Amino acid sequence: MLKNIKKITLAESIREALVLSMKKNDNVILVGLGVDDPKGIFGTTKDIDKIFKKERVFDFPTAENAMTGISIGASLLGMKPVIVHQRVEFSLLSLEQIINQAAKWFFMNGGTKSVPLVIRLIIGRGWGQGPQHSQSLEAIFAHIPGLKVISLSTPYNAKGLLISSIEDKNPVIIFEHRWLHEIQGEVPKKYYKIPLGKAKVVKKGTDITLVSSSYMVIECLRSAKILKSYSIDVEVVDIQSLRPLDIQTIMNSVKKTKKAIIVDNGGINFGISSEIIARLYENFSNKEKSICKIERIGPPDNPIPSTRELAKYCYPNYLDIIKKTEKLLKKKFKNLEKYKDNIPLDQPNKDFMGPF
Amino acid sequence: MKISKSIKIKLFREMLRIRLIEQTIASKYHEAEMRCPVHLSVGQEAIAVGVCQNLKKNDKIVTAHRSHAHYLAKGGSIKKMLGELYGKVTGCAKGLGGSMHLIDLNAGVFAAVPIVGSTIPIGTGIAWANKLKKKKEIVAAFFGDGATEEGVFFESLDFASLHDLPILFVCENNEYSVYSHISKRQSSKRSISKIANSFGIESLQIDGNNIEDIFLETKKIIDKVKSKSKPFLIELKTFRYLEHCGPNNDDKLNYRTNKYLNLWKKKCPIINYQHHLKKYNYLTTKEIEKMNMKIRAEIFHAFNFAKKSKFPEKILLKKYIYA
Repeated sequence: MLKNIKKITLAESIREALVLSMKKNDNVILVGLGVDDPKGIFGTTKDIDKIFKKERVFDFPTAENAMTGISIGASLLGMKPVIVHQRVEFSLLSLEQIINQAAKWFFMNGGTKSVPLVIRLIIGRGWGQGPQHSQSLEAIFAHIPGLKVISLSTPYNAKGLLISSIEDKNPVIIFEHRWLHEIQGEVPKKYYKIPLGKAKVVKKGTDITLVSSSYMVIECLRSAKILKSYSIDVEVVDIQSLRPLDIQTIMNSVKKTKKAIIVDNGGINFGISSEIIARLYENFSNKEKSICKIERIGPPDNPIPSTRELAKYCYPNYLDIIKKTEKLLKKKFKNLEKYKDNIPLDQPNKDFMGPF
Repeated sequence: MKISKSIKIKLFREMLRIRLIEQTIASKYHEAEMRCPVHLSVGQEAIAVGVCQNLKKNDKIVTAHRSHAHYLAKGGSIKKMLGELYGKVTGCAKGLGGSMHLIDLNAGVFAAVPIVGSTIPIGTGIAWANKLKKKKEIVAAFFGDGATEEGVFFESLDFASLHDLPILFVCENNEYSVYSHISKRQSSKRSISKIANSFGIESLQIDGNNIEDIFLETKKIIDKVKSKSKPFLIELKTFRYLEHCGPNNDDKLNYRTNKYLNLWKKKCPIINYQHHLKKYNYLTTKEIEKMNMKIRAEIFHAFNFAKKSKFPEKILLKKYIYA
């Protein structure tokens, strides 16, 4: 491996992005409940309070709405707060400040002042976390003009996208999946940026396009690997930026393969996949409308239960993606059973023994 | 402490100016060119003027829906305010915000929003940044009695106390949230100023219609907030003359008793102060008339400016979504 690249986890890569951003800009501060605690938000902020002065890392009261407003106020004087909530659901207490204030600030003041704020939200899954710790609510935020909504999927894009988000002048909501914190990948040691508003083709292919974000990108790549042994060449697009949505990159891929499955990380009703399919059809020519075949997959339309016996029905995986591919390509793949990994759906890997 | 003649006249003039601007808005509202909700400050001018006269230009204020008086008292541009009410591109928010989103960064007017209580944390955050950046400036956060029912009020008091933030919380208690009297919303055993005390924040109740009391008390308090970097809360009882939103008097709806209305109408901060200034020869009737004329001329020009200004072009719809 090259000297300037190392293999680290996604949690470590987030930590690197935060430390480098704080070194580069004195105004960057970290705020969040437990941001300086011994576990440091699943390792993403671990011991950062020991590197910087006390005035840079703030544990905060369990007062999500006011703390968001307070961070907005601080940002108006040039601070760059990075807020973190250990589960997406806690941020719902602060929707007033996010949607009414941060998102509209620049607009409603006629372009006088913007709110450069980063809010990290962690999506939970599995091990019985249940209805209020397992929601992928990206669509709520992606609905709002004025917000940017980013979804991390690899250690490499986590660092580059987080650095760009911190440099951005607008409020940026970042979705991190708890199951991705421990995945490893090669990450440059340096400070680098990945532009917001861009999707990425993470695997090139010609037969079918899988479009996804966050953890489901991993499931897409797994299915692509298996489908290769059935001579199906899959293209995988990681959306990365849900708002602004890079529909062009997705469009180019779908026009090429003529077949696509949008694999939603959250519920499909009124969701990210709905939006992508609508935009594709709005932009297709009549001919493309008749040729291109698009399907979608996502969690079913119910809250996520705690019990593993029922939660297992709530998370489509690589096998579901393959079955949907069979349907789209009108093919039947034999002996798919041999690819079952037998890891229970409420565990990220065989070794995991909870809790999160 | 005594107030000098020039300050007395300034306090009076500032209040009178706000009153005349608000009354002119009310009188022209029926022309249907100011097509946005207006929450007029008539009757509550003394608080805005008494507090803001003690603030420096670099000190900041945040306020809520009834913000005209605060904006004007802090030095916000009248032309830009009226431009905003007329929905013109010359408005302080280029017509995109309206009466409920007044802003003038040069004057330190940092935020006004109509969601009740929502600028309390934002003001607290500005005070926090002042402290982190070791600036000697303070924030005054104006809000009403209704805002003290919101969660963010409590959350912000806690944070301001925890971090010793230089912020003055200014609660204008006019007893009504639209038509709902405070007795229907808050327990009679509840005290807004004592709530602050329970967070370790000092507080004081001041007569919200007595301009000299407000001026003198807040002068001392603001010095303390600044020098000791401590939050402070003042609660000022006052009275809204007109309807909650709009240009009219709505006394005929009878949601406020005659007894209540008569009591408060005797307490007009401007009429009473005018009597005082005349009685002790600080101002003559003639001087007051001259003052009136001068202010009216300023208002006339500002309205003309707003009316003649252009509407924003369609391109602005997309221009300020992202910085």
